[in-house]
Amino acid sequence: MTARILLPTPLRPYAAHQPVVEVEAATVGDALRALVERHVELRRHLYDESGRLRRFVNIYKNEEDVRHLERENTPLSNGDTLTIVPSIAGGTSGAPPRPGARKPPAWATGEDGLPPLSQPELLRYSRHLILPEVGLAGQRKIKAASVLIIGAGGLGSPLALYLAAAGVGRLGLVDFDVVDESNLQRQVLHGTSSVGRPKLESAKERLADLNPGVSVDTYEERLTSENAFDVMRPYDVVVDGTDNFPTRYLVNDACVLLGKPNVYGSIFRFEGQASVFDARVGPCYRCLYPDPPPPGLVPSSAEGGVLGVLPGVIGVIQGIETLKIILGVGETLVGRLLLFDALAMRFRELTLRKDPACPLCGEKRTITALIDYEQFCGIAPVDAERDAELEISAHDLAARRERGEDIMLIDVREPHEFEIARIPGSILIPLHSLPERMSELDSSREIVLHCHVGQRSMRALEMLHRAGFRKLKNLRGGIAAWSSDVDPSVPRY
Amino acid sequence: MKITLSARESERIRAHLCRAYPDEGCGVLIGRDGDGAREIVGIVALENRIKDSLHNRYLVAPEQFLAAERAARGAGLEVIGFFHSHPDHPARPSAFDLQHAWPYYSYLIVSVTRGEAGSARSWRLAEDRSGFEEETVEVLRPDAERPGTTDRPESRGERE
Repeated sequence: MTARILLPTPLRPYAAHQPVVEVEAATVGDALRALVERHVELRRHLYDESGRLRRFVNIYKNEEDVRHLERENTPLSNGDTLTIVPSIAGGTSGAPPRPGARKPPAWATGEDGLPPLSQPELLRYSRHLILPEVGLAGQRKIKAASVLIIGAGGLGSPLALYLAAAGVGRLGLVDFDVVDESNLQRQVLHGTSSVGRPKLESAKERLADLNPGVSVDTYEERLTSENAFDVMRPYDVVVDGTDNFPTRYLVNDACVLLGKPNVYGSIFRFEGQASVFDARVGPCYRCLYPDPPPPGLVPSSAEGGVLGVLPGVIGVIQGIETLKIILGVGETLVGRLLLFDALAMRFRELTLRKDPACPLCGEKRTITALIDYEQFCGIAPVDAERDAELEISAHDLAARRERGEDIMLIDVREPHEFEIARIPGSILIPLHSLPERMSELDSSREIVLHCHVGQRSMRALEMLHRAGFRKLKNLRGGIAAWSSDVDPSVPRY
Repeated sequence: MKITLSARESERIRAHLCRAYPDEGCGVLIGRDGDGAREIVGIVALENRIKDSLHNRYLVAPEQFLAAERAARGAGLEVIGFFHSHPDHPARPSAFDLQHAWPYYSYLIVSVTRGEAGSARSWRLAEDRSGFEEETVEVLRPDAERPGTTDRPESRGERE
């Protein structure tokens, strides 16, 4: 009879590296003897010193263990396949169990579905573990939790640092910016050595050093209506650390549609706000602000300035709320808007109610999918085109001035900004005093308006347009662009 | 000789062995064996099939082996070894391990002391069956693992 013997990987080197050996034999025993006669090296692995098949060598004839047949006397028919199957055994030698050895508790094994804590983790989180409101169960919930932080800037910095330190198992960070010198005054996640590098790179390094047990996912992209669901879906809690209205509405809408809590915070100059929007149990951001402010009304921190420590206060409040949501303890800011005034050093609180007419979470819902948020906030592409027509680049302005063209250059910034840097030949008329000082302007001359980065001067332009001025241009990128593109001797701030 | 594995697989091995404590735990290492470079790609955590002496013996039954091998082949990989714990004993192969060892395979041993897993050591049977030769275990640090593709917190409770 011809039988095929299939060899397991470890034995193939002793059989000229063949996976299959064909032998002529009448029984299983004959077949194995024929095998080791042809490949003598195999003998010591299959048979022990006394010539018996090793106990942990199993022989299967076709699908059946020969121990259940006639063992080595099992007859073979033509075409049978024998498979040598290792059974693997081992262990410590005859050692008795350690006295008192017992099953470890669930917190050390994770048998109950929550992740286990190791000895180093017990030490790291010891100040949490001795709080009855957190304890082992709470710390394991924190470890099991995932939090998405939108923005690795002023608010995102304290948030990411404290949540990583607290042991949140998975942190997601969304940001597409690089670290700029002007960030370092408040964005404590980044250091001087990171200037010019992507914020997420610098954040990841800092967080890995702070707590290597936390896994950090980075999304180096702009959050958009196209990617928001995919980015946000894997997280338990979303924390909004954005600095613009389109993204804020996008985060709110996506959280409501996905049924996730949105821990909100915002800062402006010396004031901050925080709340928790969870449409399942309370109001959403649209219940509070159904419509965005007109573009340009609320200046960004680049335009309006911000006290460096302020995002620390608001970001940390968001961090505390996030941990409370994860732990399910205390009273969160759901239904309350916390207002902070750093100059007066006062906290105030407003009660928020769910708006039954909210188009997103109210009784009649008209928003059931993500929309175009740039357009919703009035920053439509159409406007961008119009803006381009109304804009002049720093290069073009410099060239036209050099040619001696008659251009009135109006600076609409504040006097203290004018003190830091100015474009030679510009006239300072701060935006707020423009209405009463319009008479100083000559509508027959061409007027170019500028501010720090171009936002306030666009509002000045609209104001003058309404007043009948027509020969108007806005300096794109403001004095910052002038300094980097035309005259580096003008300080940048 | 060297064997590499990801931090994730290392953690799965340790968690399985901690869970088995004070019994011995065991499982199969699945991966690739290139020229001198052996890589663990996945593991199959097994129930210890020894009938008695659970605290100091483990057994991988032939049907468990065959199932693991089928799974490995299906993924274009192979069985490259086995892991087991030494509860309250050092991670060195015992005389019993030697008697039952197969050539080629990596035997990865983790000492579990009072329910805490120590670091892993790995061994291969010497050509003449006289003893074991230790191989270096290298745990690769995790890189940015995107959610959805890897060990998400939601799935941490179900390691097997």
